[in-house]
Amino acid sequence: MKSIAELEEIRKKTLEEISMRKNKNGMRVVVGMATCGIAAGARPVMTAFLEELKTRNLHDVQVTMTGCIGVCRLEPIVDVIDTDGNKVTYVKMTPEKARRVVAEHIVNGRICHDLTIGAAEKE
Amino acid sequence: MMRDLSLHLLDIIQNSLAAHATHISIQICADKARDLLLLEVTDNGKGMSESLCAQAADPFVTTRKTRTVGLGLPLLAAAAGRSAGNMSIESIAGRGTRVKASFRLSHLDRPPLGNIADSIVPVVASCPSLELDILFANQAAVRQLQLSEIREQLGGIPLNNIEVLNWLGSYLQQCQKEIFGGVLDEVYC
Repeated sequence: MKSIAELEEIRKKTLEEISMRKNKNGMRVVVGMATCGIAAGARPVMTAFLEELKTRNLHDVQVTMTGCIGVCRLEPIVDVIDTDGNKVTYVKMTPEKARRVVAEHIVNGRICHDLTIGAAEKE
Repeated sequence: MMRDLSLHLLDIIQNSLAAHATHISIQICADKARDLLLLEVTDNGKGMSESLCAQAADPFVTTRKTRTVGLGLPLLAAAAGRSAGNMSIESIAGRGTRVKASFRLSHLDRPPLGNIADSIVPVVASCPSLELDILFANQAAVRQLQLSEIREQLGGIPLNNIEVLNWLGSYLQQCQKEIFGGVLDEVYC
């Protein structure tokens, strides 16, 4: 059974973790979550990002959502923005691709070129 | 197309966020005696003028700049209409908006509730400072959760902490199951 009381445990645990953590990754993942994105399956993609980041203990990566990015036919669209502000736009995302992006781009810094909007537009 | 009501809910919440809401209140009530399922989202966003509010359910009316169509509310209205219900929007410019959708609970075409937690968790991850109240009710019981309550418990820890989001998801899933039943016995348990 989940209860509000459990939050106290999470609080203590998290405070310890925060004090241990020094180097900030600070990457941002932005998922397009307007009607077009939701209908195309953006919610499972966002959930996959959150789950994968939790599994890998990447507490510094921020996952947020935004409205319509403007290329509805390529939804679900995800922007990954690194600490220097460089933005990579991934299109036609799926939960599987999301997990790949976490492993290759966010963890190892290698952009998944075949999933980007550039690759999709060449087709 | 939205597969279930939780996706519609996420879409409506996204509208509220786009209207700069800082407080969103969600109510989902199932009443077997009246054969009714109600979904209500109230926000304190910038609201709409009377004329825009009257047109909001028109798919060819939108405030966004990237497209000339806005399908969120029309899709919800269609889903409600298909299950012998309806959708209404009340809005006061500068004060906020309330979207209400009703469905006949036992109607064959009523969309399933879906996973409400999966819609709420991304919202909280995205806007950890948002005030969000959620209420689930059936004719016998009520479960409600206010994010302000969680914030108080957590002290200074932001709500978009992964452990907190994880807890929130499981907690909401449990509340949904208690009030509406599981996937197979949803509402008609």
